[in-house]
Amino acid sequence: MRVALKKHWQRALDARWLVPCLLVGGLVLTFAIAHFGLLNNYVQLVLIYVGINIILATSLNLVNGYMGEFSLAHAGFMAVGAYSSALLSMKVLPVAAHPALFHLAVLAGGLVTALLGLLVALPSFKVRGDYLAIVTLAFLMIVKSALENIDAIGGPRGISGIPRLTTLPWVFCWTVALLWLIRNFVYSCYGRGVLAIREDEIASDLMSVDTRRVKVLAFMLSAFCAGIAGALFAHLLQFISPRVFDVVKTTEILIMVYLGGIASIGGSILGAALYTLLLELLRPSTVAGLLSWLPAVVFDPLNDYFIRHLGVLRMIIMPLALVLVMLFWPRGILGLREFRGFIPRRDRRAHGAARLKGTDTHDAADSHSTRET
Amino acid sequence: MKPATLNPNPMPAGSPHLEVRDLRVHYDGIHALHGVSFQVPRGQIVTLIGANGAGKTSILRALSGLTPYTGSILFEGRDLQRVPAHRIVGLGMAHVPEGRAIFGNLTVQENLRLATWQRRDREAIESDFERVLTTFPRLRERLRQPAGTLSGGEQQMLAVGRALMSRASLLLLDEPSMGMSPRLVQELFAIIQDINRTGTTILLVEQNANQALRIASRAYVLETGRITLSGTGPELLGDPRVKEAYLGTAATGKGANRNPPP
Repeated sequence: MRVALKKHWQRALDARWLVPCLLVGGLVLTFAIAHFGLLNNYVQLVLIYVGINIILATSLNLVNGYMGEFSLAHAGFMAVGAYSSALLSMKVLPVAAHPALFHLAVLAGGLVTALLGLLVALPSFKVRGDYLAIVTLAFLMIVKSALENIDAIGGPRGISGIPRLTTLPWVFCWTVALLWLIRNFVYSCYGRGVLAIREDEIASDLMSVDTRRVKVLAFMLSAFCAGIAGALFAHLLQFISPRVFDVVKTTEILIMVYLGGIASIGGSILGAALYTLLLELLRPSTVAGLLSWLPAVVFDPLNDYFIRHLGVLRMIIMPLALVLVMLFWPRGILGLREFRGFIPRRDRRAHGAARLKGTDTHDAADSHSTRET
Repeated sequence: MKPATLNPNPMPAGSPHLEVRDLRVHYDGIHALHGVSFQVPRGQIVTLIGANGAGKTSILRALSGLTPYTGSILFEGRDLQRVPAHRIVGLGMAHVPEGRAIFGNLTVQENLRLATWQRRDREAIESDFERVLTTFPRLRERLRQPAGTLSGGEQQMLAVGRALMSRASLLLLDEPSMGMSPRLVQELFAIIQDINRTGTTILLVEQNANQALRIASRAYVLETGRITLSGTGPELLGDPRVKEAYLGTAATGKGANRNPPP
């Protein structure tokens, strides 16, 4: 019985119509939610955050997971995308008159960030591992203090009054587009190079992989996506300041990546969604709302001793949950595995269930996140 | 084992396939090579033998562009100074590094395909792939397996097969016999000879002097960064100095298959 169920499940996962259906369904659903107000604004806001965080986590996963480097610059890239797109939409583009130009501002934010990514990557990738982490951390600090000290863009006060143009359906579209981009990169010949670099950089060189070019390109793509996420973020909050984009922000993205699993797009989606939703769910008001059906005898003491303190407690609960996840899934929930629908068809057949030494599951539904030409 | 014809356009004979002149390498002030010169004629098997630390691996690393050096390396008449490592492979010199350096988390198939990273001739890649699998039938059975799960011998076969996938005209092999049973070593060396017969030049670096000298048409003995002896394979196999240092004094050449003393 279980075997039969599993078979059906796998056939469904393998079906050609699965991913297109999810995409169309998602688009219709997000549009309906925003247009008809099916969910209240708070829930919509959380869902938008989930989308933005998915972009951030997946793009960081490209560098930290697939390539096995350790970059801490992501919040810095996000800041650059946020600032450049906000300035564009407020000072250059007549966005107020033509809201569609918003996407141009977002795209431009991403491109500016990608260019900066190139500038950072060229010198940084002379070093590896811990040293790359330090270099990218330094970059993050430079971005932050530069933003704080340029008065023309608000200095430490930041920019306010950015038009609120980020909506749920658009975030959905941007997220899908960027995931598609990253997925195609990962399953291209460059992606193969990225995986080889994670395994052994010198051997990759000996195998004719232009390691420098592969690394710089992957880093640029990662920065591009972070820039777009930043741009969407700026047009959501309507207010950005350098303080938002500090090392804590980078740490949050890192947590999503490692929680979901390294070298896995599906993992990053899962990690970003779980982290964002759990953090919101643990708010005192949310928990109180969810448990209000309990009789007062149970609810009141629970409220007095637990729920009311959740504001502080959730900052203990989340890290604890993270420690537990790392203990039981050292590579993250979907580490080095992939949701089958994301793997190009030719690679699914070619690779079956190849996986790491030491992982013992034989479930063919997700295969090793690698490919062939 | 069927021979693999992986070198479809052999260069005209004449100039040596590889020429090394006065090669010097040093790491942080420690001199690893003090001016090494040798030649590898086209289509032959040349071996460099020497003990640990003699500088064998340094030579190969310099040849592949992994280590800065002074002196000159001419591959098919072209100076390789300043040519980056990933380009050198494309020129036709493939390096099977010491310890194999396969990508353990990637499948066997992915390992083999990676070597074609710069190639765009899809059909030729497919036929090379078939040839490598014909040369190493065991790899065919394990195509989807992560390379790290292969046995040591299979990993070495994979490393050699991977180098062949780059369509190299010159193969650099760094101690392919390391950690393999005598029987597997014999098998591997037979394959190396087969590959050579199809026109691929081979530079074989070995501690297993006995085996290496048997298949080599030319051999060099390397000691502390210098070439101290050279000659044809049979000459060195019979040379008393080589016998004493690398083959063991009791070696009669038959059945002797042991590593040189440190």
